[in-house]
Amino acid sequence: MAYPANYKYTKEHEWISVEGTTGTVGITDYAQSSLGDIVFVELPKVGDVLEAGKTFGSVESVKAVSDLYAPVSGTVTAINEELKDAPERVNADANATWMLKLELKDATELDKLLSAADYEKFVSEETGH
Amino acid sequence: MRYLPKSPADREEMLAAIHETKPEIATIEDLFSTIPAEYQLQRDLAVPRQHSESEIIDRFREFAENNATGYASFLGAGAYRHYKPVIIDSLVLRGEFLTSYTPYQPEISQGTLQAMFEFQTMICELTGMEIANASMYDGSTGAAEAMMMAVRVTGRDKAVIARTVHPEYREVIATYAQHQEIPIAEVGYVANGRVDMAALDAAITSETACVMIQSPNFFGTIEDVAAIAEMAHAKGALLIVAIAEAVSLGVVRPPAEADIVSMEAQSFGVALSYGGPYCGVIACKEKFLRQMPGRIVGETKDMDGKRGYVLTLSTREQHIRREKATSNICTNQALVAMMVTIFLTVYGKQGLRELAEHNLAKSDYLKGALSTDAKVLFEGAPRFHEFVLETPSGAAETNEALLAQKIIGGLPLAKWYPELGPNTSLWCATEMTTRKQMDAAAAALQAVVPADELTRA
Repeated sequence: MAYPANYKYTKEHEWISVEGTTGTVGITDYAQSSLGDIVFVELPKVGDVLEAGKTFGSVESVKAVSDLYAPVSGTVTAINEELKDAPERVNADANATWMLKLELKDATELDKLLSAADYEKFVSEETGH
Repeated sequence: MRYLPKSPADREEMLAAIHETKPEIATIEDLFSTIPAEYQLQRDLAVPRQHSESEIIDRFREFAENNATGYASFLGAGAYRHYKPVIIDSLVLRGEFLTSYTPYQPEISQGTLQAMFEFQTMICELTGMEIANASMYDGSTGAAEAMMMAVRVTGRDKAVIARTVHPEYREVIATYAQHQEIPIAEVGYVANGRVDMAALDAAITSETACVMIQSPNFFGTIEDVAAIAEMAHAKGALLIVAIAEAVSLGVVRPPAEADIVSMEAQSFGVALSYGGPYCGVIACKEKFLRQMPGRIVGETKDMDGKRGYVLTLSTREQHIRREKATSNICTNQALVAMMVTIFLTVYGKQGLRELAEHNLAKSDYLKGALSTDAKVLFEGAPRFHEFVLETPSGAAETNEALLAQKIIGGLPLAKWYPELGPNTSLWCATEMTTRKQMDAAAAALQAVVPADELTRA
Protein backbone atom coordinates (compact mmCIF):
# COMPACT_ATOMS: atom_id res chain seq x y z
CA MET A 1 0.00 0.00 0.00
CA ALA A 2 1.28 3.41 -0.96
CA TYR A 3 0.10 5.10 2.22
CA PRO A 4 1.27 3.67 5.58
CA ALA A 5 -1.64 3.15 7.96
CA ASN A 6 0.25 4.54 10.96
CA TYR A 7 0.66 7.98 9.28
CA LYS A 8 -1.87 10.83 9.21
CA TYR A 9 -2.44 12.86 6.04
CA THR A 10 -3.44 16.35 4.88
CA LYS A 11 -5.47 17.35 1.84
CA GLU A 12 -2.35 19.26 0.76
CA HIS A 13 -0.58 15.89 0.47
CA GLU A 14 1.73 15.90 3.48
CA TRP A 15 2.07 12.97 5.87
CA ILE A 16 2.92 13.06 9.56
CA SER A 17 4.00 10.22 11.79
CA VAL A 18 3.89 10.75 15.53
CA GLU A 19 5.99 9.27 18.30
CA GLY A 20 5.25 10.68 21.75
CA THR A 21 5.04 14.45 21.19
CA THR A 22 7.35 14.46 18.16
CA GLY A 23 5.87 14.56 14.67
CA THR A 24 7.82 13.65 11.52
CA VAL A 25 6.61 15.25 8.29
CA GLY A 26 7.04 14.39 4.62
CA ILE A 27 5.05 14.51 1.39
CA THR A 28 3.00 11.64 0.03
CA ASP A 29 3.81 9.32 -2.81
CA TYR A 30 0.96 10.86 -4.79
CA ALA A 31 2.50 14.33 -4.27
CA GLN A 32 5.95 13.30 -5.46
CA SER A 33 4.59 11.53 -8.52
CA SER A 34 2.42 14.53 -9.46
CA LEU A 35 5.33 16.94 -9.05
CA GLY A 36 7.79 14.95 -11.12
CA ASP A 37 11.55 15.17 -10.66
CA ILE A 38 12.18 17.12 -7.49
CA VAL A 39 15.21 19.40 -7.70
CA PHE A 40 15.03 21.45 -4.52
CA VAL A 41 13.38 21.34 -1.12
CA GLU A 42 13.16 24.58 0.83
CA LEU A 43 12.73 23.98 4.55
CA PRO A 44 12.42 26.18 7.66
CA LYS A 45 15.11 26.51 10.32
CA VAL A 46 15.29 24.51 13.53
CA GLY A 47 13.44 26.51 16.16
CA ASP A 48 10.90 27.99 13.73
CA VAL A 49 7.33 27.81 14.93
CA LEU A 50 4.84 26.31 12.48
CA GLU A 51 1.11 26.84 12.50
CA ALA A 52 -1.26 24.12 11.28
CA GLY A 53 -2.38 24.74 7.71
CA LYS A 54 0.22 27.47 7.09
CA THR A 55 3.04 27.11 4.59
CA PHE A 56 6.47 26.19 5.95
CA GLY A 57 8.53 25.69 2.82
CA SER A 58 8.36 24.57 -0.78
CA VAL A 59 9.19 21.71 -3.07
CA GLU A 60 10.55 22.56 -6.49
CA SER A 61 10.32 20.13 -9.35
CA VAL A 62 11.24 20.64 -12.98
CA LYS A 63 7.58 21.51 -13.55
CA ALA A 64 6.53 23.67 -10.63
CA VAL A 65 7.18 25.01 -7.18
CA SER A 66 4.62 23.88 -4.60
CA ASP A 67 4.17 25.09 -1.07
CA LEU A 68 4.43 22.76 1.88
CA TYR A 69 1.77 23.08 4.58
CA ALA A 70 2.18 22.21 8.25
CA PRO A 71 -0.17 19.31 9.16
CA VAL A 72 -0.16 20.47 12.79
CA SER A 73 1.28 23.32 14.86
CA GLY A 74 4.62 23.00 16.60
CA THR A 75 8.28 23.93 16.86
CA VAL A 76 10.79 22.56 14.35
CA THR A 77 13.35 20.35 16.11
CA ALA A 78 15.19 18.91 13.08
CA ILE A 79 15.28 19.19 9.32
CA ASN A 80 16.49 16.52 6.92
CA GLU A 81 19.86 17.95 5.82
CA GLU A 82 20.32 15.15 3.27
CA LEU A 83 17.66 16.74 1.06
CA LYS A 84 19.94 19.73 0.41
CA ASP A 85 22.15 17.63 -1.82
CA ALA A 86 19.80 14.80 -2.66
CA PRO A 87 16.23 16.14 -3.09
CA GLU A 88 15.54 13.25 -5.49
CA ARG A 89 15.25 10.96 -2.46
CA VAL A 90 11.69 12.27 -2.13
CA ASN A 91 10.90 10.79 -5.53
CA ALA A 92 12.65 7.52 -4.72
CA ASP A 93 10.75 6.87 -1.49
CA ALA A 94 8.33 9.56 -0.35
CA ASN A 95 7.07 7.57 2.64
CA ALA A 96 10.52 7.02 4.10
CA THR A 97 11.97 10.44 3.25
CA TRP A 98 11.13 12.83 6.04
CA MET A 99 11.52 16.60 5.69
CA LEU A 100 11.29 17.86 9.23
CA LYS A 101 10.55 16.87 12.80
CA LEU A 102 8.54 19.05 15.12
CA GLU A 103 7.48 19.16 18.74
CA LEU A 104 3.68 19.10 18.66
CA LYS A 105 1.90 22.02 20.25
CA ASP A 106 -1.50 20.40 20.51
CA ALA A 107 -1.91 16.67 19.87
CA THR A 108 -5.67 17.05 19.37
CA GLU A 109 -4.93 18.75 16.03
CA LEU A 110 -4.03 15.25 14.76
CA ASP A 111 -7.69 14.29 14.98
CA LYS A 112 -8.49 16.71 12.17
CA LEU A 113 -6.14 14.92 9.75
CA LEU A 114 -7.03 12.12 7.35
CA SER A 115 -6.36 8.43 7.93
CA ALA A 116 -4.54 6.46 5.22
CA ALA A 117 -7.85 5.07 3.94
CA ASP A 118 -9.50 8.51 3.91
CA TYR A 119 -6.50 10.02 2.15
CA GLU A 120 -6.49 7.31 -0.48
CA LYS A 121 -10.18 7.94 -1.08
CA PHE A 122 -9.52 11.70 -1.26
CA VAL A 123 -6.78 11.20 -3.84
CA SER A 124 -8.88 8.90 -5.97
CA GLU A 125 -11.73 11.44 -5.92
CA GLU A 126 -9.30 14.24 -6.78
CA THR A 127 -7.81 12.36 -9.69
CA GLY A 128 -11.08 10.85 -10.78
CA HIS A 129 -10.04 7.19 -10.68
CA MET B 1 4.17 37.12 -34.50
CA ARG B 2 2.60 40.18 -36.17
CA TYR B 3 1.37 43.02 -34.01
CA LEU B 4 -1.47 44.14 -36.27
CA PRO B 5 -4.95 44.76 -34.88
CA LYS B 6 -7.85 42.83 -36.28
CA SER B 7 -9.83 44.40 -39.10
CA PRO B 8 -13.65 44.74 -39.15
CA ALA B 9 -13.66 41.86 -41.65
CA ASP B 10 -11.66 39.69 -39.19
CA ARG B 11 -14.22 40.52 -36.52
CA GLU B 12 -17.16 39.55 -38.71
CA GLU B 13 -15.48 36.28 -39.59
CA MET B 14 -14.77 35.47 -35.94
CA LEU B 15 -18.31 36.36 -34.91
CA ALA B 16 -19.72 34.20 -37.69
CA ALA B 17 -17.62 31.26 -36.50
CA ILE B 18 -18.88 31.72 -32.94
CA HIS B 19 -22.44 32.11 -34.18
CA GLU B 20 -22.25 28.73 -35.90
CA THR B 21 -21.74 26.87 -32.62
CA LYS B 22 -23.57 29.34 -30.39
CA PRO B 23 -26.61 30.67 -32.29
CA GLU B 24 -27.55 33.03 -29.43
CA ILE B 25 -24.42 35.09 -30.15
CA ALA B 26 -24.84 37.22 -33.25
CA THR B 27 -23.33 40.57 -32.37
CA ILE B 28 -20.41 41.99 -30.36
CA GLU B 29 -22.95 43.10 -27.72
CA ASP B 30 -24.13 39.48 -27.37
CA LEU B 31 -20.55 38.35 -26.97
CA PHE B 32 -19.95 40.77 -24.10
CA SER B 33 -23.38 40.36 -22.50
CA THR B 34 -21.90 38.61 -19.45
CA ILE B 35 -19.98 41.77 -18.55
CA PRO B 36 -22.22 43.99 -16.37
CA ALA B 37 -23.39 47.06 -18.29
CA GLU B 38 -21.71 49.50 -15.89
CA TYR B 39 -18.30 48.02 -16.70
CA GLN B 40 -18.76 48.21 -20.44
CA LEU B 41 -17.08 51.15 -22.15
CA GLN B 42 -19.73 52.77 -24.32
CA ARG B 43 -17.45 55.12 -26.23
CA ASP B 44 -14.37 54.85 -28.39
CA LEU B 45 -10.99 54.96 -26.69
CA ALA B 46 -9.53 58.45 -26.55
CA VAL B 47 -6.59 57.75 -28.83
CA PRO B 48 -5.54 59.72 -31.92
CA ARG B 49 -6.82 58.53 -35.29
CA GLN B 50 -4.56 56.30 -37.32
CA HIS B 51 -1.82 58.01 -39.28
CA SER B 52 -0.31 57.21 -42.63
CA GLU B 53 3.33 56.21 -42.85
CA SER B 54 4.34 59.59 -44.26
CA GLU B 55 2.47 61.42 -41.48
CA ILE B 56 4.24 59.31 -38.87
CA ILE B 57 7.62 60.06 -40.40
CA ASP B 58 6.81 63.79 -40.38
CA ARG B 59 5.73 63.58 -36.76
CA PHE B 60 8.96 61.90 -35.70
CA ARG B 61 11.02 64.43 -37.68
CA GLU B 62 9.27 67.12 -35.65
CA PHE B 63 10.16 65.31 -32.43
CA ALA B 64 13.76 65.00 -33.60
CA GLU B 65 13.92 68.75 -34.17
CA ASN B 66 13.43 69.22 -30.44
CA ASN B 67 16.79 67.58 -29.87
CA ALA B 68 19.45 70.04 -28.78
CA THR B 69 22.54 69.69 -30.91
CA GLY B 70 25.93 71.21 -30.48
CA TYR B 71 25.77 71.36 -26.67
CA ALA B 72 28.53 70.23 -24.36
CA SER B 73 27.01 68.23 -21.49
CA PHE B 74 28.57 67.65 -18.08
CA LEU B 75 25.65 65.65 -16.74
CA GLY B 76 26.11 62.16 -15.35
CA ALA B 77 24.22 61.12 -12.21
CA GLY B 78 23.15 57.71 -13.39
CA ALA B 79 22.85 58.43 -17.12
CA TYR B 80 26.21 58.42 -18.86
CA ARG B 81 27.39 59.49 -22.29
CA HIS B 82 29.75 56.90 -23.65
CA TYR B 83 30.72 56.00 -27.17
CA LYS B 84 28.53 53.37 -28.75
CA PRO B 85 30.39 51.31 -31.37
CA VAL B 86 28.43 51.16 -34.65
CA ILE B 87 28.54 47.37 -34.68
CA ILE B 88 25.99 47.36 -31.82
CA ASP B 89 23.19 48.74 -33.98
CA SER B 90 24.14 46.71 -37.02
CA LEU B 91 23.76 43.55 -34.94
CA VAL B 92 20.81 44.31 -32.65
CA LEU B 93 18.74 45.68 -35.52
CA ARG B 94 18.84 42.28 -37.23
CA GLY B 95 15.32 40.88 -37.32
CA GLU B 96 16.38 37.67 -35.56
CA PHE B 97 17.15 39.71 -32.45
CA LEU B 98 15.02 42.82 -32.83
CA THR B 99 11.66 41.13 -33.26
CA SER B 100 12.19 37.84 -31.47
CA TYR B 101 9.79 37.01 -28.68
CA THR B 102 10.62 35.64 -25.23
CA PRO B 103 12.72 32.51 -25.80
CA TYR B 104 10.39 30.05 -24.07
CA GLN B 105 11.05 27.56 -26.83
CA PRO B 106 14.76 26.78 -26.72
CA GLU B 107 14.61 24.78 -29.93
CA ILE B 108 14.00 27.98 -31.92
CA SER B 109 15.81 30.49 -29.70
CA GLN B 110 19.41 29.35 -29.35
CA GLY B 111 20.88 32.62 -30.67
CA THR B 112 19.07 34.84 -28.18
CA LEU B 113 19.62 32.38 -25.33
CA GLN B 114 23.33 32.09 -26.03
CA ALA B 115 23.68 35.88 -26.07
CA MET B 116 21.86 36.11 -22.72
CA PHE B 117 24.08 33.39 -21.26
CA GLU B 118 27.17 35.28 -22.40
CA PHE B 119 25.73 38.47 -20.87
CA GLN B 120 25.32 36.69 -17.52
CA THR B 121 28.86 35.30 -17.73
CA MET B 122 30.37 38.71 -18.45
CA ILE B 123 28.38 40.34 -15.64
CA CYS B 124 29.70 37.72 -13.20
CA GLU B 125 33.29 38.32 -14.28
CA LEU B 126 32.86 42.08 -13.97
CA THR B 127 31.11 42.16 -10.61
CA GLY B 128 32.99 39.32 -8.89
CA MET B 129 29.72 37.49 -8.24
CA GLU B 130 28.99 33.81 -8.93
CA ILE B 131 25.66 34.10 -10.73
CA ALA B 132 23.78 36.81 -12.63
CA ASN B 133 20.33 37.02 -14.13
CA ALA B 134 19.52 37.89 -17.73
CA SER B 135 18.78 41.55 -16.76
CA MET B 136 16.20 43.64 -14.91
CA TYR B 137 14.34 46.76 -16.09
CA ASP B 138 16.92 49.23 -14.80
CA GLY B 139 19.28 50.05 -11.95
CA SER B 140 16.59 51.47 -9.68
CA THR B 141 14.11 48.59 -9.88
CA GLY B 142 17.03 46.16 -9.74
CA ALA B 143 18.13 47.75 -6.45
CA ALA B 144 14.60 47.46 -5.05
CA GLU B 145 14.43 43.81 -6.12
CA ALA B 146 17.82 43.19 -4.49
CA MET B 147 16.44 44.58 -1.23
CA MET B 148 13.36 42.33 -1.37
CA MET B 149 15.61 39.40 -2.18
CA ALA B 150 17.67 40.11 0.96
CA VAL B 151 14.45 40.14 2.98
CA ARG B 152 13.55 36.68 1.64
CA VAL B 153 17.04 35.29 2.20
CA THR B 154 17.48 36.54 5.76
CA GLY B 155 13.90 36.34 7.00
CA ARG B 156 14.44 39.86 8.37
CA ASP B 157 12.41 42.83 7.24
CA LYS B 158 14.38 46.06 7.60
CA ALA B 159 16.81 47.79 5.26
CA VAL B 160 19.62 50.27 5.86
CA ILE B 161 20.43 52.42 2.85
CA ALA B 162 23.18 55.00 2.37
CA ARG B 163 21.97 58.47 1.37
CA THR B 164 24.71 58.41 -1.25
CA VAL B 165 22.76 55.77 -3.20
CA HIS B 166 21.26 57.54 -6.25
CA PRO B 167 18.32 59.61 -4.89
CA GLU B 168 16.01 58.41 -7.66
CA TYR B 169 16.92 54.80 -6.95
CA ARG B 170 16.01 55.50 -3.32
CA GLU B 171 12.64 56.91 -4.41
CA VAL B 172 11.90 53.74 -6.38
CA ILE B 173 13.08 51.60 -3.46
CA ALA B 174 10.78 53.56 -1.10
CA THR B 175 7.83 52.88 -3.41
CA TYR B 176 8.49 49.13 -3.31
CA ALA B 177 9.31 49.12 0.42
CA GLN B 178 6.12 50.91 1.39
CA HIS B 179 3.93 48.14 0.02
CA GLN B 180 6.24 45.32 1.11
CA GLU B 181 6.28 46.85 4.59
CA ILE B 182 10.05 47.09 4.75
CA PRO B 183 11.12 49.97 7.04
CA ILE B 184 14.15 51.81 5.68
CA ALA B 185 16.78 53.63 7.73
CA GLU B 186 18.98 56.06 5.80
CA VAL B 187 22.59 56.73 6.72
CA GLY B 188 24.48 59.91 5.81
CA TYR B 189 27.99 60.63 4.59
CA VAL B 190 31.14 62.16 6.00
CA ALA B 191 33.52 64.89 4.81
CA ASN B 192 35.27 62.71 2.22
CA GLY B 193 31.96 61.74 0.60
CA ARG B 194 31.96 58.16 1.88
CA VAL B 195 29.22 56.63 3.98
CA ASP B 196 29.30 57.53 7.68
CA MET B 197 30.66 54.27 9.14
CA ALA B 198 29.80 55.06 12.76
CA ALA B 199 26.21 55.93 11.85
CA LEU B 200 26.03 52.85 9.64
CA ASP B 201 27.20 50.59 12.44
CA ALA B 202 24.60 52.12 14.76
CA ALA B 203 21.83 51.69 12.20
CA ILE B 204 22.38 47.96 11.59
CA THR B 205 20.43 45.81 14.04
CA SER B 206 19.53 42.14 14.39
CA GLU B 207 16.45 42.94 12.28
CA THR B 208 18.41 44.40 9.35
CA ALA B 209 18.05 42.29 6.22
CA CYS B 210 20.44 44.34 4.14
CA VAL B 211 22.78 47.28 3.96
CA MET B 212 22.75 49.00 0.59
CA ILE B 213 25.49 51.28 -0.65
CA GLN B 214 26.41 52.55 -4.08
CA SER B 215 30.00 52.54 -5.32
CA PRO B 216 31.08 54.77 -6.95
CA ASN B 217 28.39 56.57 -4.98
CA PHE B 218 26.15 59.40 -6.15
CA PHE B 219 28.94 61.92 -5.47
CA GLY B 220 31.37 59.83 -7.54
CA THR B 221 33.24 58.57 -4.46
CA ILE B 222 34.35 54.95 -4.26
CA GLU B 223 33.27 53.29 -1.01
CA ASP B 224 35.34 50.92 1.14
CA VAL B 225 33.22 47.89 0.20
CA ALA B 226 35.26 45.36 2.20
CA ALA B 227 34.96 47.30 5.47
CA ILE B 228 31.22 47.85 5.00
CA ALA B 229 30.72 44.15 4.14
CA GLU B 230 32.47 43.16 7.36
CA MET B 231 30.25 45.53 9.34
CA ALA B 232 27.04 44.20 7.76
CA HIS B 233 28.04 40.55 8.01
CA ALA B 234 29.01 40.89 11.68
CA LYS B 235 25.32 41.52 12.40
CA GLY B 236 23.99 38.92 9.99
CA ALA B 237 22.85 41.42 7.35
CA LEU B 238 23.56 41.08 3.62
CA LEU B 239 25.49 43.75 1.73
CA ILE B 240 23.98 45.02 -1.51
CA VAL B 241 26.26 47.13 -3.67
CA ALA B 242 24.51 49.23 -6.30
CA ILE B 243 26.54 50.37 -9.28
CA ALA B 244 25.15 53.17 -11.45
CA GLU B 245 28.25 53.65 -13.62
CA ALA B 246 29.25 50.26 -15.00
CA VAL B 247 32.34 51.64 -16.78
CA SER B 248 33.89 52.23 -13.34
CA LEU B 249 34.48 48.45 -13.16
CA GLY B 250 37.28 48.93 -15.68
CA VAL B 251 39.43 50.35 -12.86
CA VAL B 252 37.54 49.87 -9.60
CA ARG B 253 38.00 46.49 -7.88
CA PRO B 254 34.82 44.37 -8.25
CA PRO B 255 32.67 44.42 -5.07
CA ALA B 256 33.34 40.73 -4.46
CA GLU B 257 32.65 41.07 -0.71
CA ALA B 258 29.03 41.98 -1.46
CA ASP B 259 26.26 39.39 -1.28
CA ILE B 260 24.21 40.98 -4.05
CA VAL B 261 25.30 43.45 -6.73
CA SER B 262 22.65 45.51 -8.47
CA MET B 263 23.97 47.31 -11.49
CA GLU B 264 22.76 49.68 -14.17
CA ALA B 265 24.51 48.64 -17.40
CA GLN B 266 23.39 51.58 -19.58
CA SER B 267 26.98 52.79 -19.91
CA PHE B 268 27.83 49.68 -21.91
CA GLY B 269 26.60 50.64 -25.35
CA VAL B 270 23.09 51.86 -24.55
CA ALA B 271 22.50 55.33 -25.97
CA LEU B 272 20.91 58.00 -23.80
CA SER B 273 17.47 58.77 -25.11
CA TYR B 274 14.24 60.16 -23.82
CA GLY B 275 14.11 58.21 -20.53
CA GLY B 276 15.32 54.81 -21.62
CA PRO B 277 15.64 51.97 -22.23
CA TYR B 278 18.07 51.06 -19.48
CA CYS B 279 19.39 47.69 -18.41
CA GLY B 280 19.45 46.56 -14.80
CA VAL B 281 21.36 43.56 -13.57
CA ILE B 282 21.29 41.48 -10.40
CA ALA B 283 24.31 39.33 -9.64
CA CYS B 284 24.89 37.44 -6.39
CA LYS B 285 26.39 34.50 -4.57
CA GLU B 286 25.23 31.14 -5.90
CA LYS B 287 23.65 30.16 -2.58
CA PHE B 288 20.95 32.81 -3.17
CA LEU B 289 20.04 31.38 -6.59
CA ARG B 290 16.48 30.44 -5.69
CA GLN B 291 15.70 33.85 -4.25
CA MET B 292 17.04 35.74 -7.25
CA PRO B 293 14.27 37.42 -9.23
CA GLY B 294 14.03 37.51 -12.98
CA ARG B 295 15.04 35.33 -15.79
CA ILE B 296 18.09 33.06 -15.86
CA VAL B 297 19.57 31.26 -18.83
CA GLY B 298 21.42 28.01 -18.16
CA GLU B 299 23.77 25.93 -20.25
CA THR B 300 22.84 22.31 -20.79
CA LYS B 301 23.27 19.40 -23.20
CA ASP B 302 20.69 18.20 -25.69
CA MET B 303 19.79 14.54 -26.39
CA ASP B 304 22.85 14.14 -28.59
CA GLY B 305 25.17 15.62 -25.98
CA LYS B 306 25.54 18.93 -27.82
CA ARG B 307 25.77 22.21 -25.89
CA GLY B 308 22.54 24.18 -25.69
CA TYR B 309 20.89 26.95 -23.68
CA VAL B 310 17.51 27.17 -21.91
CA LEU B 311 15.60 29.47 -19.60
CA THR B 312 15.96 27.81 -16.25
CA LEU B 313 14.45 28.01 -12.75
CA SER B 314 11.42 29.74 -14.23
CA THR B 315 9.20 27.70 -11.92
CA ARG B 316 9.46 30.60 -9.46
CA GLU B 317 8.41 33.20 -12.01
CA GLN B 318 5.07 34.95 -11.96
CA HIS B 319 3.58 33.27 -15.03
CA ILE B 320 3.86 29.93 -13.18
CA ARG B 321 3.72 30.78 -9.47
CA ARG B 322 1.34 33.74 -9.67
CA GLU B 323 1.19 35.67 -6.40
CA LYS B 324 3.83 33.43 -4.79
CA ALA B 325 6.51 34.30 -7.34
CA THR B 326 9.83 35.67 -6.08
CA SER B 327 9.09 38.89 -7.95
CA ASN B 328 6.52 40.49 -10.22
CA ILE B 329 9.11 40.80 -12.97
CA CYS B 330 8.46 38.16 -15.63
CA THR B 331 10.63 39.46 -18.36
CA ASN B 332 13.96 41.07 -19.00
CA GLN B 333 15.64 43.61 -21.25
CA ALA B 334 16.92 41.02 -23.71
CA LEU B 335 17.65 43.37 -26.59
CA VAL B 336 19.28 45.98 -24.35
CA ALA B 337 21.31 43.26 -22.63
CA MET B 338 22.41 42.24 -26.11
CA MET B 339 23.76 45.77 -26.68
CA VAL B 340 25.70 45.41 -23.43
CA THR B 341 27.07 42.01 -24.48
CA ILE B 342 28.24 43.35 -27.83
CA PHE B 343 29.79 46.41 -26.19
CA LEU B 344 31.76 44.26 -23.75
CA THR B 345 32.82 41.91 -26.54
CA VAL B 346 34.09 44.83 -28.62
CA TYR B 347 35.99 46.48 -25.76
CA GLY B 348 37.26 43.38 -23.99
CA LYS B 349 39.04 43.40 -20.65
CA GLN B 350 41.94 45.61 -21.72
CA GLY B 351 39.70 47.96 -23.69
CA LEU B 352 37.38 48.45 -20.74
CA ARG B 353 40.32 49.27 -18.52
CA GLU B 354 41.63 51.81 -21.02
CA LEU B 355 38.16 53.30 -21.37
CA ALA B 356 37.84 53.70 -17.60
CA GLU B 357 41.30 55.26 -17.37
CA HIS B 358 40.36 57.64 -20.17
CA ASN B 359 37.30 58.69 -18.15
CA LEU B 360 39.41 59.23 -15.05
CA ALA B 361 41.89 61.37 -16.94
CA LYS B 362 39.12 63.49 -18.45
CA SER B 363 37.41 64.12 -15.14
CA ASP B 364 40.76 64.94 -13.55
CA TYR B 365 41.33 67.59 -16.19
CA LEU B 366 37.82 68.95 -15.72
CA LYS B 367 38.28 69.15 -11.97
CA GLY B 368 41.50 71.11 -12.44
CA ALA B 369 39.96 73.43 -15.02
CA LEU B 370 36.90 74.23 -12.91
CA SER B 371 38.57 74.54 -9.53
CA THR B 372 40.09 77.93 -10.33
CA ASP B 373 36.67 79.49 -9.88
CA ALA B 374 34.82 76.85 -7.89
CA LYS B 375 35.53 74.40 -5.10
CA VAL B 376 35.53 70.62 -5.44
CA LEU B 377 33.86 69.09 -2.39
CA PHE B 378 34.44 65.69 -0.73
CA GLU B 379 38.21 65.46 -1.23
CA GLY B 380 40.19 62.71 0.45
CA ALA B 381 38.69 59.50 -0.92
CA PRO B 382 39.17 57.80 -4.30
CA ARG B 383 36.74 58.84 -6.98
CA PHE B 384 35.69 57.81 -10.45
CA HIS B 385 34.64 60.37 -13.07
CA GLU B 386 32.14 62.52 -11.14
CA PHE B 387 32.58 65.16 -8.48
CA VAL B 388 30.57 67.70 -6.52
CA LEU B 389 31.38 71.30 -7.32
CA GLU B 390 30.51 74.33 -5.22
CA THR B 391 30.21 77.36 -7.47
CA PRO B 392 30.32 81.02 -6.33
CA SER B 393 26.72 81.51 -7.52
CA GLY B 394 23.66 79.29 -7.23
CA ALA B 395 23.77 76.13 -9.34
CA ALA B 396 20.59 77.02 -11.24
CA GLU B 397 21.81 80.53 -12.01
CA THR B 398 25.24 79.25 -13.03
CA ASN B 399 23.71 76.66 -15.33
CA GLU B 400 21.54 79.29 -16.97
CA ALA B 401 24.58 81.37 -17.81
CA LEU B 402 26.41 78.32 -19.12
CA LEU B 403 23.43 77.25 -21.19
CA ALA B 404 23.59 80.53 -23.09
CA GLN B 405 26.98 79.33 -24.28
CA LYS B 406 25.68 75.92 -25.23
CA ILE B 407 27.09 74.28 -22.13
CA ILE B 408 24.96 72.03 -19.95
CA GLY B 409 26.46 72.31 -16.46
CA GLY B 410 26.41 69.87 -13.57
CA LEU B 411 23.25 68.56 -11.91
CA PRO B 412 22.10 70.89 -9.06
CA LEU B 413 22.06 68.87 -5.85
CA ALA B 414 19.99 70.97 -3.41
CA LYS B 415 16.77 69.17 -4.38
CA TRP B 416 18.04 65.95 -2.79
CA TYR B 417 20.78 67.25 -0.50
CA PRO B 418 19.55 70.61 0.86
CA GLU B 419 22.34 70.54 3.46
CA LEU B 420 24.87 71.04 0.65
CA GLY B 421 23.30 74.40 -0.18
CA PRO B 422 22.06 75.90 -3.46
CA ASN B 423 25.53 76.33 -4.98
CA THR B 424 26.42 72.66 -5.41
CA SER B 425 26.16 70.55 -8.51
CA LEU B 426 27.37 67.14 -9.70
CA TRP B 427 29.73 67.20 -12.69
CA CYS B 428 30.82 64.37 -14.93
CA ALA B 429 33.35 63.95 -17.73
CA THR B 430 33.58 60.86 -19.91
CA GLU B 431 35.70 59.89 -22.90
CA MET B 432 33.16 61.83 -24.99
CA THR B 433 34.00 65.10 -23.27
CA THR B 434 36.60 67.08 -25.21
CA ARG B 435 39.31 69.31 -23.78
CA LYS B 436 37.83 72.18 -25.81
CA GLN B 437 34.47 71.68 -24.10
CA MET B 438 36.07 71.56 -20.67
CA ASP B 439 38.11 74.72 -21.32
CA ALA B 440 34.97 76.46 -22.57
CA ALA B 441 33.08 75.40 -19.42
CA ALA B 442 35.88 76.75 -17.22
CA ALA B 443 35.89 80.06 -19.10
CA ALA B 444 32.11 80.32 -18.92
CA LEU B 445 32.17 79.59 -15.21
CA GLN B 446 34.69 82.35 -14.69
CA ALA B 447 32.33 84.78 -16.38
CA VAL B 448 29.55 83.97 -13.92
CA VAL B 449 30.39 86.43 -11.19
CA PRO B 450 28.02 86.45 -8.26
CA ALA B 451 26.13 89.68 -7.64
CA ASP B 452 27.36 90.06 -4.06
CA GLU B 453 30.99 89.84 -5.18
CA LEU B 454 30.35 92.71 -7.59
CA THR B 455 28.92 94.80 -4.75
CA ARG B 456 31.89 93.94 -2.56
CA ALA B 457 34.30 95.05 -5.28
